[in-house]
Amino acid sequence: MKILALTKYVPESTAVIKVKPDGSGIDPAGVKFVLNPFCEFAVEEAIRTKEKNPAAKAEVTALTCGPAACAEALRTALAMGTDHAIHLCDNAFAGIDELTMARVIARAIAQRGFDVIFAGKVAIDYDSGQLGPALAECLDWPHVGAVTAIEWGADFKSLTARRRIEGAEEVVEVKLPALLTCEKGLNEARYPSLPKLMKAKKAPLETLDAAALGFSAAELSPTACATRMGEFAPPPPRPPGRMLEGEPAELAKQLVKILREEEKLI
Amino acid sequence: MESPNPFDFYDVRGLFSDDERAVQDMVTRFVDEQALPIIADAFEHDRFPKELIPTIAEMGLLGCNIEGYDCAGLNNVCYGLICQELERGDSGIRSFMSVQNSLCMFPIHRYGSEEQRQRWLPRMAKAQVIGCFGLTEPDGGSDPGTMKTHAKKQGGDWVINGAKMWITNGTIADIAITWAMTDEGVRGFIVEKGTPGYTARDIKRKFSLRASVTSELFFDNCRVPDSNRLPEAHGLAGPLSCLTQARYGIVWGAIGSATACLDECLRFVKQRTLFGRPLSHTQTIQRRLANMVRRITNARLLALQLGRLKDAGRMHHSHVSLAKWNNVRMGLDVARDARDMLGAGGITVEQCPIRHMLNLESVITYEGTETIHELIVGRELCDGVAAF
Ligand SMILES: Cc1cc2nc3c(=O)[nH]c(=O)nc-3n(C[C@H](O)[C@H](O)[C@H](O)COP(=O)(O)OP(=O)(O)OC[C@H]3O[C@@H](n4cnc5c(N)ncnc54)[C@H](O)[C@@H]3O)c2cc1C
Repeated sequence: MKILALTKYVPESTAVIKVKPDGSGIDPAGVKFVLNPFCEFAVEEAIRTKEKNPAAKAEVTALTCGPAACAEALRTALAMGTDHAIHLCDNAFAGIDELTMARVIARAIAQRGFDVIFAGKVAIDYDSGQLGPALAECLDWPHVGAVTAIEWGADFKSLTARRRIEGAEEVVEVKLPALLTCEKGLNEARYPSLPKLMKAKKAPLETLDAAALGFSAAELSPTACATRMGEFAPPPPRPPGRMLEGEPAELAKQLVKILREEEKLI
Repeated sequence: MESPNPFDFYDVRGLFSDDERAVQDMVTRFVDEQALPIIADAFEHDRFPKELIPTIAEMGLLGCNIEGYDCAGLNNVCYGLICQELERGDSGIRSFMSVQNSLCMFPIHRYGSEEQRQRWLPRMAKAQVIGCFGLTEPDGGSDPGTMKTHAKKQGGDWVINGAKMWITNGTIADIAITWAMTDEGVRGFIVEKGTPGYTARDIKRKFSLRASVTSELFFDNCRVPDSNRLPEAHGLAGPLSCLTQARYGIVWGAIGSATACLDECLRFVKQRTLFGRPLSHTQTIQRRLANMVRRITNARLLALQLGRLKDAGRMHHSHVSLAKWNNVRMGLDVARDARDMLGAGGITVEQCPIRHMLNLESVITYEGTETIHELIVGRELCDGVAAF
């Protein structure tokens, strides 16, 4: 069985994000990047599937699409235990939307015979959650989103996935090949291991650029993309809090009045 | 230009390689996610958080600077950064790692036979075998040359008698690297748990390193085969070279304790309002904070250059002494001052400075007391004449 885990390199969740003065994007200076936490679940699930099912003879590949710095996401995946890593590396991949990226990835993996793809439910940078479903669509594969548990069929040709929906749990059976996006709760990702990290630092990654995949500059230009980031702006500063003063009973009355009449919250 | 980062005022991290930064980040995350949430409780209840061991082992921290034997083969700066991050959690966690790495795996690697290395190191890297290091005795740790524990050759075996005191990991250890006097001088032995005549007992009522196991070891006609002797260790230089390794880790560890205290303290003085202004806007508090940052910055630069010397094979043992003395004193002073600036809240384990402060009272004593390190440096300045 061949398993692919998609990985994305994103700003750390606690990073202080600054917008570039011209509004064209975020300023990466001084921001620490990490493997997207939901991609960690994807990598972990891929490795666990391999470890727990020796009969499946699984091989795990991690893939990322983005500029050179994104290789770090692959090194982390290798240090967690993936067997191979593919970097779709081109500056032209930096500005493309999810659908275009899905097309790029689909072409890169078309001939590689993957049976299952694990992706994160969402990347915590732009929170779009589009890439997984878009890639499934490009490959014409079934897709199960935000999966919290997986049971493998005995022959590894199918699986049962569970996902939380409003007030219930949905159980989905899928035949492979299939793409699953991983939700928090599916597993707890392991820490990378130092010996593997050191090996990963030395291991050459398989790197493919736009030309190698047969994409022209026009196909990757903003006008070719279905969606386009308009402008980045920091959220407006929060208005300062308001202090109420008085006796507790009087304060409570005041507060209710404000919530009802001014804020219209109750 | 932006204001410098108070925790790394001179951007010493900028001097690390990508690998070194990656290793540090990995351990930072482990400490934040796994150690910090449980450590205050563990300290309060005098409990070593054993549950952290499997992850520490899976991450490959044990034996990380050994090449081969399923170990990562990291450089010494990486090893230092790991110590620094673990001690930011607690000196007890760093002590566990120091003992396993520097005091147990190092001597087996350096002084052991190939058979001993194969037998023990891979399992020690996986924490399937935990080690302890028995050098100090009840009658005085600073002068190990006068140890009373002795080993007598009987046929092909050695019979060990004596006692060791203040031994980290003692009762949880599967093997004790035991130093004993023989007719030919000091020798090192691997004593396995369960060997008749070998017992260990915990030392209770500690007010320091409470999240670490400290024990006494007893050897009563304890018989070990000659194959358990470390063949390449001859004389006191053997155990002393192990101490040099462990002291090196402490040099970095103390920085971790100090930054944890600075962090807690900075947050407090900025939000505490007294006399109508934040505490942090008073002259005395700013001087004290500046002094902490000055000393942490010095310590960082010292540790890094020491690491570079060690990686280049140019580190003299007195280099380590100067840095252990400087950095642990720095850590202890910073922790005490942070404790004070927190006011009454600073006396509870809810805030980390008192925990680090109490821990560092051990750290300044073990692996050579502060005085001994001053005298080691002094000896280098005065014709090699030892004044201890
Ligand atoms: C928590 C903890 C864990 C430990 N873990 C280990 C371990 O795993 N393995 C191990 O072998 N040991 C361990 N030790 C022991 C430690 O290394 C010793 O405590 C240390 O070497 C000091 O020895 P001592 O306590 O006997 O003090 P002493 O040597 O009796 O010293 C007492 C005081 O006298 C001073 N002094 C000594 N000589 C001189 C001199 N010539 N001139 C002036 N002043 C002097 C010292 O600086 C100190 O202030 C541990 C200790 C602690 C507290």
